[in-house]
Parts: sequence; C-alpha cells; structure tokens
Amino acid sequence: MNPLIEFSGLSKHFPVRSGGLFRRTVTPLRAVDDVSLSINSGETLGLVGESGCGKSTLGRLLIRLMEPTEGSIRFDGQEITGLNAKAMRPHRKAMQIVFQDPYGALNPRMMVEDIVMEPLLIHGAKPDADSRRLVGEMLKLVGLPTRARDRFPHEFSGGQRQRVGIARALILRPRFVVCDEPVSALDVSVQAQIVNLLQDLQTELGLTYLFIAHDLSVVKHISDRVAVMYLGKVVEVADKRAIYASPQHPYTQALIGAVPVLNPRVRGRGKRQRISGDIPSALNPPSGCRFHTRCPHVMPICKETLPPLLETAPGHGVACHLMTQTRA
Amino acid sequence: MNGPELVAVRPAADDAPLEEEFEVAAKRQAPWRMTVRRLFRHRLFLMGLCLCSIILLAGVFAQLITTADPVRLAMRWRFRAPGVDGFVFGTDNFGRSLWARVVFGAQLSLYIGFSVVLLNAVFGTLIGAAAGYFRKLDNALMRVNDAMMAFPAILLAIAITAVLGASTFNAILALSIVYIPRTARIVRASVIVLREMEYVQAAVAAGAGHWRILRRHILPNAMAPLIVQLSFLFAYAVLSEATLSFLGLGAVPPTPTWGNIMAEGRQYLVEAPWIITIPGIALMITVMGLNLLGDGLRDVLDPRLRIQQ
Repeated sequence: MNPLIEFSGLSKHFPVRSGGLFRRTVTPLRAVDDVSLSINSGETLGLVGESGCGKSTLGRLLIRLMEPTEGSIRFDGQEITGLNAKAMRPHRKAMQIVFQDPYGALNPRMMVEDIVMEPLLIHGAKPDADSRRLVGEMLKLVGLPTRARDRFPHEFSGGQRQRVGIARALILRPRFVVCDEPVSALDVSVQAQIVNLLQDLQTELGLTYLFIAHDLSVVKHISDRVAVMYLGKVVEVADKRAIYASPQHPYTQALIGAVPVLNPRVRGRGKRQRISGDIPSALNPPSGCRFHTRCPHVMPICKETLPPLLETAPGHGVACHLMTQTRA
Repeated sequence: MNGPELVAVRPAADDAPLEEEFEVAAKRQAPWRMTVRRLFRHRLFLMGLCLCSIILLAGVFAQLITTADPVRLAMRWRFRAPGVDGFVFGTDNFGRSLWARVVFGAQLSLYIGFSVVLLNAVFGTLIGAAAGYFRKLDNALMRVNDAMMAFPAILLAIAITAVLGASTFNAILALSIVYIPRTARIVRASVIVLREMEYVQAAVAAGAGHWRILRRHILPNAMAPLIVQLSFLFAYAVLSEATLSFLGLGAVPPTPTWGNIMAEGRQYLVEAPWIITIPGIALMITVMGLNLLGDGLRDVLDPRLRIQQ
C-alpha cells in the first residue's frame, strides 16, 4: 500500500489578538500541533476526538482550505504546501470535501444542477449537454432522481441535501475526499444510509477517505484505520480492530469505554476507564503530555516531556509515557 | 456505471419520501417567486406600494398630466386657492400652477432618489464586498468609512454642496457621498458572514477564483439586506434632497423641487398655506410609502426578523 496523502509536522496556529488599541498577538491557539500521519490509497482513515480538538481543522488543512502554519503535505508523492492558487488547481480536482451541515453547505440560490455542475465549470467544462449528462449520472449515483436537478436546496430533507453535497464533491472524480462529520447532523436512520452510500461510492470509484466524526460506532463501521486526536495532537493511531479491541492510550481507552453497550450482560464487563473534567484550552495547553490533567495514570514525567508517537506494534502508534515506562 | 448491487445496498426507503415531497413541491416555485408572493400578502407593503405608485406615476408622466408651465411667471393668477379658477392645487406667489410644480418636483425627487440609490448600490456594494471579502483591505476601507460616518448625514451633505455649489448634480453627489459608507457597512457585514459559509468553502475546494465566489455565491446571498437598506435609503435621499433645496443648496430655482417650493411658501404661510402644505404632503406620502415598502421588504427578505415573528 502506498500512501496517497502524507503529512508531517503539520501545525495550524490561529493568532488570537487581545482587544484594545495595540492589538498585541497573544499566545497562538494551537488547533493542530505537529501532526504527522499518512493515508493509504483506497483506505478510510477515521479521525475521532472531542469537539474542538482540531479534527476539522486538520481535514481542512489537508485539502488546503486553510494554510498550515508549519509542516508539509505530500499528495500522491508531490509537495502541495506553498503552491499558489494556479498551481493548486489540478490538485483541487483530486481532493474534495463533504461537509457536516447539509443546510449551510448548499447555496440556497442555486438549483441542484448548478450546484453539482459548478466544479466542472470551474475546471473548464461548458454548461452543455455533456455536463448535464454528467450531473444526471452523478445524481443517480448518489441516489437522487434526475429530476432533482431543477430543484432548490430548500426543497430537500437533510439526508437528500447531504446526497447533493456528495454529488458535488464527487463530480470531479476526486481520489481523496475529506468527510467532515458528514452524518453528525442527520437522523440516525438517515445516517446509516449516508454511511452506506459513502462506502458504496468508495468501492465503486476507488476513493480514499478521511472520515472525521465524534461518533465512535460510525467510525468503527466505515474506517480501516482510526486516529484519535486530543487537543491538537494525535495520541493514538492504529488499525480499526486493534484500536477497538485493545486501545493503548488512556484517552482512547476512556473514549471507547464511554460508548454505551446495548447488551446488559456485557455491560460493565472489562475495565471501564472514566475521565472527568473538561478538555483544557488550546490557548494554554498543559505542559508535557496534553492529557496529563485528566489522565488516571499520570506520572511525574508526563508533566515535563511530551511523549512522541511511537509504534508499539506494527502500524499501531501511541503517544504515551506508559508505553516506554512499561518497556523500560 | 450504476452497478446493480449499489441499488440493492441502498435502502429504497429514503427515495420514497423524496417522491412524496416532490408531489408537494410541484406547486412550489423558485425562491424569488415565493418572495414576491409573500410580499403581496404583506398588508403594509401593499400600502407602501400604493403610496409610492402615486408619486411614481405622477413623476414619470409629469409631462402628460400637466398643461401649465411650472416655471413661467403669471402674476395675474397669484395666490389662487386650490380649486379656484381651475387650479387644482392653487397657485404660488408668482401665479405658477402648484399642481405643475409639485408634479415636476416629484419627477426631480425621484430622479435624485434613484440616482443616489443606484450610486449606492454600485459603490456601496463594491466597497463593502472588498472590505468584507479581502480582509487585508478591511481596516483601511472601514476606518475611512467610520470617519465619514462620524459626521451627521445632513450636515456633511450641506458642507459638500456648499463647497461644490448648488445644483441637482451636486446634490446627488453629496447625498451619495454621505450614504455610501452606510451602505458599504451593511454589505460588508453580510459578506463577512457569507464568506465563512460551507458552500463558499466548497467552491474554494473546487478551485473557484475570487470573482466567481463573489459573483455566484456571496453577492446573490447578500442582496436581501442590501435591497432593504436601499429602499430606506431612497426615502432618506428624497427627504435630504428636500432639506438641501429648502436651504437653497439643491436644484437652482426656478426649477421646482419640493424643498424650494416649501422654502418660498414659508413666507406666505398665513396668506397661502397651501403653497407649503401641498409639497409637504407629497413629501410625506413618498417617505411614508418608501418606509412601509422597506418594512415589508425587511419582514420578507431578512430571515432574522422573520424568525422573531
């Protein structure tokens, strides 16, 4: 498996200015802080974490909707950080995004056909019969009747809008799609349909996904590998099976332990890790390991040095001092 | 390309409500038609529309509905009360038909109002969109804007016309300069909100350029508050123009404007109160009509206020 997209040392800091006359730049908000990962061609990497941990920011950095403060992104072996708008254009075709909010993601003044066709027009197609045919095929592919084309977004339900959003993202035949919480705003019954649709499209079109979500069961369903983020850092990344069966990082353990279990006989079995408190501010992150303020296994070293993301097993990366301590 | 297993995997249930909804949707139309229909159900909007139509028709067909010359003096017919000697609105201190003068005054008011609104629509949108979309320009443009807005509107207009000299063109120029910063602020505010919308992000992700994003995604969605603002602006412009010409800073007499008719009539308030009253009523009808029109547009177009209702 060769990586389609790999990034290293990727950071996004938002300057937070104090109010007042002189507007001094105070400590930057570290939304994403020195993250390195790669996503293989054809796989789905699930990205989970609490609200505000930087998942969406990371997704947007990868397709260059935002400029990273530091770090490099290589797409298909080619460096894409620092490319200007013109040089970026051919790459834009290959990477697209599906948004969370099916209401805000569609321009209310454009008909579905215009919404789905726009990416084609941006890349030089004419609004002719050919383009219309492509739009019709794409609508069919995402499960909408072709006569949806001359309707406005307000005439659709949330799930149907999300299908329009997916059609728009896929019309350019991208290779990499960032799904930024695509089902979080939908009813549970509709969630399943959209997730299945995304999976069908993946096999059919050979897509690579970065699937961002905070719903662990959805991520478990769709992902091949899962990365867990905490306060701008990736704390654990592993194969889906490995991470759900034997989570290594205390934060991952707590996350997975917090998933409600349906079967009462199984419920309460196994050690259930609880954590309390809120996620600390990214403006002023804790020293050392970001998680030490809430970690049940906190050691003195955790407050001093930041644990690097180390492989504990092939393909299983964990950023926790417990790993090195137990080995030592 | 649509594989059969794909159809099998996807539950048909989701398509069923779509069909159903489309049956209902058959009666629905494009957003602008829905807006128009809602406007015509708004009672105050209709009232405003009627009032504005009176003035609009009078102004547009001024040449057809008057026989008297609004400018030529006829001292023999001075101070005829409304209805006397065939003068519907009476005559002024120079024997000119007030009907003709008020109707031609309407024409001038509308001309000035439309010009100011047009200049505001163009330059207000340009400045507001530039400041809201290109954040680097924001500070520079908006500080100049703030400086302009620090002056009371009418005072600044008086100062500008006093410097440039009294004429119709200078009045339009002065009023535009005064009101463009206000319009620009409104446009900027909506552009700042809209540029963060996910459909704008989607266009960026597809590789759209700034021009396409502004033209296709941001400006069409920024129109609603702008239209509301412009309808109120029309009223302000007509009122301010009357103020300027009342003070002798608008169109030069003998060209009739509501402002200078009233200024002349002020001296004969006791002997011939109709001279000042009739253009005053015309002005009131216009401003009230435009305000009702604006209220209706705001209720229908501005979603934030719609939620409150």
